[in-house]
Amino acid sequence: MNVLLALAWRSLRNRPVTSLLTVAAVALSITLLLGVEQARRGMRESFTGTIKGTDLVVGARGGTLQLLLGAVFGIGAPTGSVPYEVYETWTKHPAIKWTVPLAIGDSYRGFRVLGTTPALFRHWRYRSAGTLSFAAGHVIATPRDVVLGSEVAATLGLRMGDTVTVGHGLNAVAGLGDHEAHPFTVVGILQQTSTPLDRALFVTLDGIEAMHEAGAAADGGMPGAMPGAAPAAMPGAAPTVMPGPAPPSMPVAAAPAATPGAAPPEYIPPTNIFQDQPRALSAFLVGTRTRYETLRLQREINQYKAEPLTAVIPGVTLGELWRTLGTVEGGLRLVGALTIIVGLIGMLVALYSSLEARRREMAVLRAVGARPSMIVSLLVLESGMLTLLGCALGVALTMGGFALAQGTIEARTGVHIAVQVPGALEWTYIGIVLAAGVLVGLVPAWRAYRSSLADGLSPRL
Amino acid sequence: MTAAGRPGAAIAIDGLQFSYGSGPRVLDIPSLVIDRGSRVFLHGPSGCGKTTLLGLLAGVLHATNGSVRVLDRDMNAMSGGQRDAFRAEHIGYVFQQFNLIPYLSAYDNIALPCRLDAGRRARLGAVSIDAAIRDVAAQLDITALLHHSATALSVGQQQRVAAARALLASPELVICDEPTSSLDTDRRDAFLALLARSVAQANATLLFVSHDKSLGARFDVQLSLPSLNRATRLDAA
Repeated sequence: MNVLLALAWRSLRNRPVTSLLTVAAVALSITLLLGVEQARRGMRESFTGTIKGTDLVVGARGGTLQLLLGAVFGIGAPTGSVPYEVYETWTKHPAIKWTVPLAIGDSYRGFRVLGTTPALFRHWRYRSAGTLSFAAGHVIATPRDVVLGSEVAATLGLRMGDTVTVGHGLNAVAGLGDHEAHPFTVVGILQQTSTPLDRALFVTLDGIEAMHEAGAAADGGMPGAMPGAAPAAMPGAAPTVMPGPAPPSMPVAAAPAATPGAAPPEYIPPTNIFQDQPRALSAFLVGTRTRYETLRLQREINQYKAEPLTAVIPGVTLGELWRTLGTVEGGLRLVGALTIIVGLIGMLVALYSSLEARRREMAVLRAVGARPSMIVSLLVLESGMLTLLGCALGVALTMGGFALAQGTIEARTGVHIAVQVPGALEWTYIGIVLAAGVLVGLVPAWRAYRSSLADGLSPRL
Repeated sequence: MTAAGRPGAAIAIDGLQFSYGSGPRVLDIPSLVIDRGSRVFLHGPSGCGKTTLLGLLAGVLHATNGSVRVLDRDMNAMSGGQRDAFRAEHIGYVFQQFNLIPYLSAYDNIALPCRLDAGRRARLGAVSIDAAIRDVAAQLDITALLHHSATALSVGQQQRVAAARALLASPELVICDEPTSSLDTDRRDAFLALLARSVAQANATLLFVSHDKSLGARFDVQLSLPSLNRATRLDAA
């Protein structure tokens, strides 16, 4: 067998161009097949891994998928707004262990600004139950605090103590002074999580409020400045965080302790979170006391009379998403399977057409004692080797490709696709392809067997 | 020639008839005996069944009627696999040309019979394949060529490598099918001299087939296939 392996290998190397092209064809088709699978698995793991430990995501009545994608993954806009009182009512529900409010809709230089509470940093779990940890600094506490996701800090080159001015859609407009903006100070930077949180800035709900009030003050003064200035984040922002007209009067004395001494004189202190100020959230995350209660709580929230709400179980909703995407994936998988077939047919053509020129070689092998079965083995080994090399190269291309494209994919879509060694399904595919490659080799092998029996030691050329 | 079956004969043919499938009779040889250790020239112009006879002797073809005994073994009684193993172990074969596997070096081409067949390897006894190759290469004056690729060799060099392969591990029978027809006169004479010496050294029986009658004088025995084969005489009649 070793002799035949060596023979098959040398024979392939003797025809480098056809062999390399055949390997390339098999490799590319394997890459396509595995790529689809890796992307599928990577995407699922990325989505599923982003929101571990949260039992329910609650938002305004609307599409479950829209709510989940908007609130957790920063894709699209959340379904609407939830009045703060409604949120407060639900936090007192006995089945609920913890809640994390989310106010979404603002962006800072292309990154999402999340209004939330320090509870987020305690309860958000990603992947294997990891909690958020800080590369530097600490959680948000005052309305002027901002914590940055790792990518935000890296991309924008922000460091601890830097100032971030989120002008609520007006920040980009030239000519507007600082007085309508609400500057934040970087008090913390998160470790990389490879989730959408890397691409977010975190401020307190008060911070969001203060920012909007500052913005609203500016709006009142310069209504003509609005058109064209609003970035993509605006449509989501308007209904979410500005349910009504901004309160005209600011109780300045209410929160003097929360105001840093360095605040500019124009700064209007926000209202305290515990005051009966009308505000709204985009959504809130819920952790239940027991998993058992989740379903009942979900039903209860969905049937809440006082306010139309939607509660989704992240895993279930993601399951719906996967089912929707399943058709597309099936199509891609079919394309992958077809390219495999094309690749293998290419190999068949290459091997088959080489046989005529190799009849002499077969006769020589027969003369030195090779049985017809060895001729068959030789050709099957050749096709097997080509397929094996193709598969190996395909796996390398897939992993290398994802390693290279990972950054781009994450930057463009926020989906982190981990480079993974092929899983059981991929190995099954590779196994099937290898078996098919060997079977394909049987076709030229059979012909070589027949002609070597007929030719004996003297091929009629 | 006496009747076949004489013990100790290298080749003994008795009443051999052969046709390809249901086609016309190609061979009809009542009797042919070649003694062990003899160097036999078999003259045969093309189309007289020469290739078919060699195929039968080498065991890649199966006689339609009669018996073919090679080294006291009845080829007809053996299965295809047994004949392949028998050929690998006991017979060295040199073709007219294109003897070598193009993607192997001269060395690997020579080593092939011993690597493919354990029986042939066993003939070397305690001698390593490498030592045997160097020995036979020295005899045929191709030591310097051993690590050249087969395709880099001249035709004459290729034939010498092929002869080295046929002689490796001293098979009892060496069959040469027009091995010199692609060589010029000087190279042909040199090749024949080397071959004769090496075959004698290996104590092998040599069956040398050619259409070129002028070569016959160098051999112990000269035979003419057309006169042995009744099938061609019938055709000619």
